[in-house]
Amino acid sequence: MKDYAHIGRSVLRREGRAKLTGAALFTDDLKIEGLLYGATVRSREPRGRIKGIHFEEGFPWEEFIIVTARDIPGKNVVAHLQQDQPCLADGVINHAEEAIVLLAHPDPLRVQDARARVRVDVEPLPTVLSIEESLACDPVIWGQDNVFKTILITKGDPDGARVKGHFQLEATYRTGAQEQLYIEPNAMIGEATAEGVLVRGSMQCPYYVHHALHEMFHLPLEKIRVVQVETGGGFGGKEDYPSMLACHVALLSWKAGGRPVKIAYDREEDMACTTKRHPSRTRIRSAFGADGTLLALDVELILDGGAYMTLSPVVLSRAAIHASGPYRCSNLRVHAQALATNTPPHGAFRGFGAPQSLFAIERHMDEAAQHLGLDPAELRRRNLLHTGDAMATGQIMRDEVDLVALMDRALTEIRYAEKRASYPTLNAGDDPVKRGVGFSVFMHGGGFTGSAESTLNSVVALEGTAGGRVRVLAASTEMGQGANTVFTQVAAEALQAPVDLIEVVPPDTALVPNSGPTVASRTTQVVGKLVLDAGLAMRKTLLEAGLLADGDVAAAIRTYVARHGALRTESRYQKPDFVEWDDATYRGDAYATYAWACYAADLRVDLVTYETQVADFVAVQEVGRVLNPTLAAGQIEGGVAQGIGWGLNEEVIWRQGSMANHQMSNYLMATAADLPRIRVFFEERPYAYGPGGAKGLGELPMDGPASALLNGVQHALGLVPRQVPLTPEVLMDLVEGA
Amino acid sequence: MRGQPSLCDVLTPQSLQEALSLRVAHPEARPLAGGTDLMVPFAAGRLPDRLFLNLWGLEELRGITVSDGEVTCGALTLFREIAVHPLMQREFPNLVRSAKVTGALAIQSRGSLGGNIANGSPAADTPPSLLVYGSELQLTSLRGSRWVPYADFHTGYKRSLLAPDELITLIRLARLGDGGFHYFRKVGTRQAQAISKVSLAAWARTGNGQIQELRIALGSVAPMPIRARGAEKALLGRSVTNPPLDAALEALQADISPIDDLRSSAQFRRKVAGNLLADMLRGLVSA
Ligand SMILES: Cc1cc2nc3c(=O)[nH]c(=O)nc-3n(C[C@H](O)[C@H](O)[C@H](O)COP(=O)(O)OP(=O)(O)OC[C@H]3O[C@@H](n4cnc5c(N)ncnc54)[C@H](O)[C@@H]3O)c2cc1C
Repeated sequence: MKDYAHIGRSVLRREGRAKLTGAALFTDDLKIEGLLYGATVRSREPRGRIKGIHFEEGFPWEEFIIVTARDIPGKNVVAHLQQDQPCLADGVINHAEEAIVLLAHPDPLRVQDARARVRVDVEPLPTVLSIEESLACDPVIWGQDNVFKTILITKGDPDGARVKGHFQLEATYRTGAQEQLYIEPNAMIGEATAEGVLVRGSMQCPYYVHHALHEMFHLPLEKIRVVQVETGGGFGGKEDYPSMLACHVALLSWKAGGRPVKIAYDREEDMACTTKRHPSRTRIRSAFGADGTLLALDVELILDGGAYMTLSPVVLSRAAIHASGPYRCSNLRVHAQALATNTPPHGAFRGFGAPQSLFAIERHMDEAAQHLGLDPAELRRRNLLHTGDAMATGQIMRDEVDLVALMDRALTEIRYAEKRASYPTLNAGDDPVKRGVGFSVFMHGGGFTGSAESTLNSVVALEGTAGGRVRVLAASTEMGQGANTVFTQVAAEALQAPVDLIEVVPPDTALVPNSGPTVASRTTQVVGKLVLDAGLAMRKTLLEAGLLADGDVAAAIRTYVARHGALRTESRYQKPDFVEWDDATYRGDAYATYAWACYAADLRVDLVTYETQVADFVAVQEVGRVLNPTLAAGQIEGGVAQGIGWGLNEEVIWRQGSMANHQMSNYLMATAADLPRIRVFFEERPYAYGPGGAKGLGELPMDGPASALLNGVQHALGLVPRQVPLTPEVLMDLVEGA
Repeated sequence: MRGQPSLCDVLTPQSLQEALSLRVAHPEARPLAGGTDLMVPFAAGRLPDRLFLNLWGLEELRGITVSDGEVTCGALTLFREIAVHPLMQREFPNLVRSAKVTGALAIQSRGSLGGNIANGSPAADTPPSLLVYGSELQLTSLRGSRWVPYADFHTGYKRSLLAPDELITLIRLARLGDGGFHYFRKVGTRQAQAISKVSLAAWARTGNGQIQELRIALGSVAPMPIRARGAEKALLGRSVTNPPLDAALEALQADISPIDDLRSSAQFRRKVAGNLLADMLRGLVSA
């Protein structure tokens, strides 16, 4: 591989020192003159008609700013794909925790007190609280049939091939909702008058927020400014929800004559009302030949989208495309639907649909192996994709990745063969602690699906300053994942400059071009490439001006800016030539490239407590060139931790369409004490269209752990778990045959 | 935060005597020790109390004292102090284990034994250990002090013998000597920061192949921490190597009355309580 000065090195996190010392200021830390504190009055009922809003008598309401749907100057929507979600419920309620009234006051405690003194009278309406009820249209709560979106992917003759198969298997898999649990709950500050709207806060996608404010206020685009403040994690949870919160603070400020208004959710409110991972139900019907060849796959995948469409169709698309896993299969049908229920809308969460469908296929493969009398590794060996094979959408796999070798590396690291053979004997003894080893093989498409990267048309700019520094201008946000650092490395590499010369400007829609949302594992792979190109263009400009003779980039920039007044280069997304996609037929190159992985877990299931502990975890992945090994390994470890949580203990308990356990004490996210050492290995095959050869990797590690764990449980107990989280309660039922 | 500090007042006595006087003068003042229980509902805006009696500075309530026959812990003894105490580790390992699995280090360094008891949660982690060690509580008011067996202290869900003018001042444990069998296990589904779904503590002494002494107590399976007297009875005097497991399990099911809640189900609690009992007996055989 090519040797670089900055790429491939663990350059320290750019904002690390400020975060470590507490100098970094998050939204709730900002001291603002004349600030009002906002609060939200929400529905308790999952569905109903608003009959009246009552403000407790004798309470000094004149001290408060009060906003209802009637105060909205433009359209009462939070604009996403469709305009079905109101900013404030008006007349009807479609889910619990739906915002109805906004309050603001100079005293943050007074406003909390006041919130309890607003009573909303609601006439309940019949509800849809599960995938089954939604399918049954009992009742219809959205559109004609509760269906947000249907996707069909077909290839060959799945029905014909299925009946011809030597062996057929049908099974249904379920996954639960999951809360992102970023460290910093959602927080936003708004200042709004007819002269202009300024919103600052914690977010992943400044231009999504910009768009939502534009639709709601009906103000010209240039009058709206959105600034990202230091953001304490997102994981997708700050992809669409911040648009809602931004509208709320801006509305309160509008009504308060432009005084700044802040809403910073506490943990309980954040957990109860913001988006979570879509619950899913996937039925797989498969057929295999006598030799274990996968002959046919028929997948029926359903996502619970919650009460409004938000991003569900896009999540569904990624789920559907990943549904057949990393396998060759000539006869295939994926029928995928996102349905409405009366719960808060489900949204983006690391993996974005892929964890759900990959969980199902990777469990299914282990079940099939057991029936076929093959080792799960052998079954995969016979079916894994090879370079040049056709994937589900007809996409030809271009990545030069040897998936069998990738799998074997993980299996060697975990000592799979030895454990696979010895554990059954050990488990036959009296010890109630049973051992198992399991793994999964999977992939994650980098960047937006299909033609969406072209539609986004992302732009990045680089600017030289009079002082000889370089500013990276992009809307991509740093939220703890390392975007600043990676952009710095890439820009420095392109310019052949030291990293200290580079400064990544905090996203501000008044300053930065739209490089698209910070989602879909696209920031390094897609936007990083634009940073690289803009950097190369700047270097070319300096070279052509004859200023780089001695290699001193800072001096060259200073001279250039002194002579010409400014130095700015831009680059715009261009799709790789080979990418062809047809959205109508779902055929073609769904993603320009994929990251590939095999994750393996060695685990213990305690039949006294039905608790599962992971003793060892190996994560092997091919992600193109690794730009920053420390940050990359951190992403993998964090994603695996989230995957283990989703697989074992993170259960959202729904009561009447609202999250009953919206506290850290009863929503059991894994602690450091619950996690094994996560051993991370990279295979690096530079990807021609990524900066320095990099592909996206942020979401990948969420896709594999859950199925690897449950495959290990199948090995340990000989039982067939089909749902996550596999809580002790669920496992007890399985073990006791309930 | 939804609690309203500006609406609250804190009384901070300088001595136990003063605290007891304030208890009489302000019966509505809620005793505040480490605050690790109280702060959670306070921050959520769910704590009705407006006046607090701050015990944190009372030296009289601190410290672990060892004498020949017993060990006494001040009500303000922290989990951490118990966890690192050499004699406690040797003679009361269940209590040490329960202290070590309470919350995590921060909570262990702030939460008190007295608070754990007074809070009255059926899920609290030290009570089962305190029950099997036959501990006693000293309850003190201006009227004087009285000792009550801890086993009698809780009278129902969040109800106890503590009179409105009293404070818990001391917790006393009779030293049991060597040679006993100690068992404690908490099932919280998370290795730290977990509220117990079920917990079981046991202490036993065996001789001549028989279970000669046995105390079993459980958390999270009844409105309060309880002794499993039926299960104890089924096992006392019986063979260590071949105890009547089925009878003991059946008796245990009658001892407990778990419920479904956000953390788990009654069914799970029943099943796992039985599993823990069987696990304890397996340990007893191999001890
Ligand atoms: C994150 C977290 C994790 C936790 N994990 C666990 C756990 O794993 N296991 C567990 O058992 N508990 C746990 N707890 C609960 C809590 O830490 C314990 O119950 C602790 O012992 C309470 O002690 P404290 O001194 O903080 O009590 P406080 O909160 O100050 O008081 C608790 C109650 O006791 C009363 N009180 C306190 N002292 C006296 C006294 N001397 N006389 C009379 N009344 C008194 C108070 O009025 C109040 O009603 C956890 C709490 C948190 C916040």
